[in-house]
Amino acid sequence: MRYAETGFYLEVDLSRGNVERVATDPKETELYLGGLGTNAKILWDRVPPEAEPFSPENLLIFSAGLLCGTPATGCNRTIVSTISPQTRLMAFSMMGGFFAPELKYAGYDKVIIRGQSPKLVYLWINNDKVEIRDATHLAGKGAVETAELIKKELKEPNAQVAAIGLAGENRVFFASIEQGRSSASRGGIGAVMGDKGLKAIVVRGTKDVSLARPAEFMNLCEDVAQYIKFRNQNPIPNVMPILAGLGSPQEMKVHDEKWHTENFMWGNSRLRRKDFWNEDIAREWTETLDSMRRRLISCYNCPMTCGATIAPPGRPTYMMKCFSKLTYTMAAMSDLEFGLGIAQSATEYGVDGFSAPQVMAFALELLEEGILTAEDFPGMPEDNEGRFYWLLDRIVRREGIGDILANGTYWAAKQIGKGAEKFAHNNIKKHEQLPLKLSMLNPIYFLMYCTGEKINITQIEGQFPQAPFFTLEERQEFVKDWFQVPDDKFKQYFLEWEPRGEKSMPFFPTVQMCCDIVDWQERMHYIDDALGMCAGLSSFPLKPPYHIHNYPKFISAGAGFDMDEEKLTQAAKRYRTLVRAINISRGMRRKDDKPPENHWKKRFPELEKELLDTYYKFKGWNQDGIPTKESLIELGLGFVADEFIKRGILREDDDTPSQEMAAAAGGEV
Amino acid sequence: MAGDKKKKIVKTIKVNADKCNGCRACELACSSFHAEPRYSSNNPARSRIRVVRDPLRDIYVPIYAGEYTPSECLGRDKYVLDGKEYDECAFCRAACPSRDLFKEPDSKLPLKCDMCEGEEVPLCVKWCLVDALEYEQREEDAEEEEPAGEMELGLEALARKHGLRSLVDAVARMASSDKA
Ligand code: SF4
Ligand code: SF4
Repeated sequence: MRYAETGFYLEVDLSRGNVERVATDPKETELYLGGLGTNAKILWDRVPPEAEPFSPENLLIFSAGLLCGTPATGCNRTIVSTISPQTRLMAFSMMGGFFAPELKYAGYDKVIIRGQSPKLVYLWINNDKVEIRDATHLAGKGAVETAELIKKELKEPNAQVAAIGLAGENRVFFASIEQGRSSASRGGIGAVMGDKGLKAIVVRGTKDVSLARPAEFMNLCEDVAQYIKFRNQNPIPNVMPILAGLGSPQEMKVHDEKWHTENFMWGNSRLRRKDFWNEDIAREWTETLDSMRRRLISCYNCPMTCGATIAPPGRPTYMMKCFSKLTYTMAAMSDLEFGLGIAQSATEYGVDGFSAPQVMAFALELLEEGILTAEDFPGMPEDNEGRFYWLLDRIVRREGIGDILANGTYWAAKQIGKGAEKFAHNNIKKHEQLPLKLSMLNPIYFLMYCTGEKINITQIEGQFPQAPFFTLEERQEFVKDWFQVPDDKFKQYFLEWEPRGEKSMPFFPTVQMCCDIVDWQERMHYIDDALGMCAGLSSFPLKPPYHIHNYPKFISAGAGFDMDEEKLTQAAKRYRTLVRAINISRGMRRKDDKPPENHWKKRFPELEKELLDTYYKFKGWNQDGIPTKESLIELGLGFVADEFIKRGILREDDDTPSQEMAAAAGGEV
Repeated sequence: MAGDKKKKIVKTIKVNADKCNGCRACELACSSFHAEPRYSSNNPARSRIRVVRDPLRDIYVPIYAGEYTPSECLGRDKYVLDGKEYDECAFCRAACPSRDLFKEPDSKLPLKCDMCEGEEVPLCVKWCLVDALEYEQREEDAEEEEPAGEMELGLEALARKHGLRSLVDAVARMASSDKA
């Protein structure tokens, strides 16, 4: 008997139209937990570094987390993993909503897609009955529209649908997979789905998910519910409102956007508008949101209502999440009405809400600079908003200039040349980032930007306050009930951290402290991604209800195997290292571990070098960022060490890379 | 004592559909409470509360499993409220042959909300953390005449459906397996 997990994967070969239900090895669960952890193991085992993102060999894995489908509040994430066409590294994007629990109830922990279908199809999983069905009638349809049509044709209003829109079908490098309330957007995984000829996965499940020690598990859940109530009533003082509470950023609730609009960059991540927010704008934007927002909505088994149904005038209703509320508005230097309207098209087309607006702003900047000319934009309307709609259309159809832009700013700039590279300035590892440009180097964020392999800052930050509090009293107050820390030393770090003077940034927290802080924050995200927990109740907000102290109890009461803090930390380190190993085998090296060049104005090259050197050592990586043989063996990843030696990435006798091989592997990633 | 009227406890769950965010925590909690042993398994398809949920049409209706009915209605109800058109039978609580709702997924036996007997508040209420479901208890004067018991009504319904003979057989079978 398996607990919390179902113990089965669904293997789907789209080239041969073959579907198989495969029992899994419980030992793998103990080593890699589930979700991201076991996804990484499968990608390492089965997708060789030579495999192209767009090829039948690439796998597209939809995984429920280990605890999805149990009563653990907010545990509903689907972790989608593949090799990204944009970064050419491992992509792992998560979506909330209702898909993962439904998959569990249907009797599967993962759906593993391989091959390529000759014509557009969708996968219909109804408990034990699985069909690959024709989807040619759905070609070109929007992602939301597709979900509605499929539910109707199957007469299954309760089925959950993950679908791509036109962007995915046309293999746009930042295409998303949309699932009603949520989407898996980062890294272009929707493009891989399109390349496989898979329009949608539809799932309905009516089976049980069992718990090993139910009474104990329910008590843990009750503690969490109590703490959520407490935190909702007691927001954290001295931080900006968006960081004070739980949940994903509560963008659908707040009207006051002073902080975002005045601190984040507008246009192609260029312009900071320090005095943007005023009473008129506040009134206008409040009216806009109030008139279009129909209801605040949650993901499965969660009270936080982080999303909303939005009905823009004259357009179909859609569901919006988080910060896509402002990304289009700010990229186009427009207003909220425009932002909420174009996001409807973007959701149907299925594109990432960070990359898509930035790519369009980038194109218009190139036009302004004369690097692109009017001839590249035949028929583009004159008005600003109209241009964005027009560009979005070209991109998702890959028409004209859209075909180049569809590869994201990094690849587009390379193809355009003429100095366009300078304008693709807000990427890490070829992937567009939050539009944020700051002054003083923050050593913690420096390390996170460099080494976060989710390649998205919000997916690695969270547990440690972003900035020091002003007075010691405030800091003392904050650490009083900060029981989530893995070790009391973190309280000390925070108490000593001053806004200015000797113990301020960039030299404080010290290099060693920064390593501890980054490692803790990253660890919590990796654990969430294996368990299927929403970061909004765990790794993302300060003082969350789930943490390193209660997670082991959830795992052992739920899944029924022994777990403690140390074992959990080790497991997270194991699959985190495996993610790195996959990327290293694909050529990623130290040279790729860097923030966007202009992210901070004040840089400190020596300090930065020391930070990276020390952090690599701390993580068990050599000075080129490659996990050492010794650390691999300690994690039970000897098979990775063997492969690295075979490929000349590591040398048998020591841990420095052989020079020629490093050079060969260090080509274009 | 003579002259004293009998009291009975009336239990109500007040559903405030406007507050519902569609999270289905209520379904999950119900299914796990009614699992054997308690909380050992989770499966919203076994839940005695169901959220009729269609976000794009802004439809959120938590409904409770009511009586089993042997045959479906002749006519069907359709409602339009606040400009939203609800599906046929959206508000009906019956476990009815016309649909799968409120039936055990394997055996197809009907399910019925029992207000989580023995608990302080029904579990769906407890786990609806946004207070879309509220529990109320009040005392009312009992009616003079005892109405037919729940069991009798249930048995009558089963007898109508399966025939008295096979019902008696089934009860006898259950009794003997209980002894074993
Ligand atoms: S906290 Fe928000 S994003 Fe996370 S599961 Fe709950 S509703 Fe979804
Ligand atoms: S738990 Fe409450 S908010 Fe969630 S679906 Fe049920 S009634 Fe609605």
